[in-house]
Amino acid sequence: MLERAHILVCGGTGCTSGNSNKIYSEFVEHLKANGLDKEVKIIMTGCFGLCARGPIVVVYPDGSFYQHVQPEDVKEIVTEHILKGRPVERLLHSEKQEDGTRKAINETDFYKRQKRVVLRNCGIINPENIDEYLAYDGYKAYEKAVTEMTQQEVIDTIKKSGLRGRGGGGFSTGVKWQFAHDSQADQKYVVCNADEGDPGAFMDRSLLEGDPHAVIEAMMIAGYAIGATKGYIYVRAEYPIAVERLEIAIAQARDYGILGKNVMGLGYDFDIELRLGAGAFVCGEETALLQSTEGKRGEPRQRPPFPAVKGLFGKPTLINNVETYGNITQIILNGPEWFASMGTEKSKGTKVFALGGKIHNTGLVEIPMGTTLRTIIEEIGGGIPGGKKFKAAQTGGPSGGCIPASLIDTKIDYDNLIAIGSMMGSGGLIVMDEDNCMVDIAKFFLEFTVDESCGKCTPCRIGNKRLYEMLDKVTKGEGTMEDLDKMEELCYYIKENSLCGLGQTAPNPVLSTLKYFRDEYVEHVKNKRCPAGVCKALVSYKIKPEMCIGCGLCKRNCPVGAISGEIKQPHVIDPSKCIKCGACIQACRKNAITK
Amino acid sequence: MINSFQDTPAQAAEMNAALSELKTVPGPLMKALQKAQEIYGWLPAPVLGHIATFFDVPLEEIYGIATFYSQFNLNPSGKNKIGICLGTACYVKGSGDILKALEEKLGISAGSTTADRQFTLEATRCIGCCGLAPVLTVNGEVYGKLTLDDVDKIVSKYRD
Repeated sequence: MLERAHILVCGGTGCTSGNSNKIYSEFVEHLKANGLDKEVKIIMTGCFGLCARGPIVVVYPDGSFYQHVQPEDVKEIVTEHILKGRPVERLLHSEKQEDGTRKAINETDFYKRQKRVVLRNCGIINPENIDEYLAYDGYKAYEKAVTEMTQQEVIDTIKKSGLRGRGGGGFSTGVKWQFAHDSQADQKYVVCNADEGDPGAFMDRSLLEGDPHAVIEAMMIAGYAIGATKGYIYVRAEYPIAVERLEIAIAQARDYGILGKNVMGLGYDFDIELRLGAGAFVCGEETALLQSTEGKRGEPRQRPPFPAVKGLFGKPTLINNVETYGNITQIILNGPEWFASMGTEKSKGTKVFALGGKIHNTGLVEIPMGTTLRTIIEEIGGGIPGGKKFKAAQTGGPSGGCIPASLIDTKIDYDNLIAIGSMMGSGGLIVMDEDNCMVDIAKFFLEFTVDESCGKCTPCRIGNKRLYEMLDKVTKGEGTMEDLDKMEELCYYIKENSLCGLGQTAPNPVLSTLKYFRDEYVEHVKNKRCPAGVCKALVSYKIKPEMCIGCGLCKRNCPVGAISGEIKQPHVIDPSKCIKCGACIQACRKNAITK
Repeated sequence: MINSFQDTPAQAAEMNAALSELKTVPGPLMKALQKAQEIYGWLPAPVLGHIATFFDVPLEEIYGIATFYSQFNLNPSGKNKIGICLGTACYVKGSGDILKALEEKLGISAGSTTADRQFTLEATRCIGCCGLAPVLTVNGEVYGKLTLDDVDKIVSKYRD
């Protein structure tokens, strides 16, 4: 029997953290209690993208988009909406059209400018049910590739599409496939890099959670094209939901004869094994990832030989990122011209970004290449909360750089980002406002790289450590102008001499902030002042006597008793006791405390 | 190093079963360590020795792997595991201050366990719910949109 309504509950990590599992089970219970369990279907989907307003529930056929749903709201949705056909107004999104009616969800500011190619099934199908993937053209691309195309034709199609690696480097995917195809060996491997380690990036995780079969199918196509029969997916252990859904997907595909011997009766073998990481950022680098997949220490090695020649277990290996694979089936089905019609001259297709930081609509967005940063931040992201001013956007994680407000009209693609000293990276996009100190941000990323450097090569191991120490001096007001020049010199040295991508890009956050926010560094050095009020050693908390009403809130909230004053009289902070924790600022209702 | 480690017969049986399953798998060492940590909660030295003997590799190689990855614990952890996210999205929203408050509250630094084994405090990488930033997890349960006031409440909720 066909159900008369579908209820989709978001099962991405963001919404799951907001208790969407409980919401799902409440729906099951209330539908049953009302005798609706046969006519209404409830589905746990992948990420809808609008994490800031999660947990999200969507009801079809009418497409009502509920946000901030709590388990206790479920009863009302079932009895009012499902039973009586009256959507629960207070939980619906609030964007209206000019005539006062509510916009359809794909017309809202957040979704309007997006184009979902990679994320096409996320938030639509149940990722734990292979039949739903099959219903959405699942495994048709593999069938088409194997029955209608030669290996070389598949590779040429990918080349013609202009697809470039989405893991950050931006190397031509088709050329990579060609190299792996041209290597001769008795055994080759296809590897999926799902070790998404950039802080603030969760594109790959969302795709694996929302549409795992799309990645499996793409790996099968790659296997056919290069002549490999075995695939490995190397996934971060920090992503338990993604791991679980991949395990389910692989098991279901084996059951259906889609993985294993003589796949789909088409004459080729292909199987996939999962390998879990154990918390090492450097394993995102391809040679390190292969070491780790072999169960060893994840230390990178020199290239050449490239993995396409000598990779996993010494055999030719094709290694692509999750999002890169996410594009493959669509290119095969719709043709390379369709794909190349999106994007800019040298960057085709779309890119998924994880939008985070000081922005209203934190979440996952997929946009055509060439969209400006302004569109992403002001339209899709809904701007900066609290009326604050946009200061910079950070892309590319610890390997990328900060883009200042003056370059907000930059069209986002691989080459433009490199040209302004950042990089695409895997797709984290962190927005910062005037309250963020750029020296502190550079130090934050450096601390990350110092911690994650594997220690194999000296420029990275020692160079970044020294760089971090200099930054630390600056944030404490102990830096000199000479230090700034030395830092810059050291940055270039590390970039030129490190063994792998981690070291070669580690100084980027420092270089780009030095370039665009040098004034802020100089302010720390010359005037011993942190303009954003972040660097603790350089701020002192003060109460403005003319604004203080003497309510005593700050005094009660101070954990170290540094504040004194009589009731209804202006209070004062004793700087020798103050630990600069900020509790008083949070407590004060009159904005009378400054730093 | 805890010298008094003694596994239960059930644990030993489970470990041995896992090892024989891995016998034919190429590149099995990380998988073996992951399994061991799943069974014991940490990686006791005798277990590392057992794995080395089983696969006939030097103990130093096993130790090298166990110390390379941050998720392998060579010491037992506390009853409650607090992980504060220091991913970029959380950091720019002040998770660094929350970590400091937790360190002061518990009297330990990130990466260590309280003397009474009640709490292990860890600074974690991005856990992916950036929409709720800043976040921390206690034993896997997520607490989001934190303010400094929440620190006391959360710690006392889990303290015996």
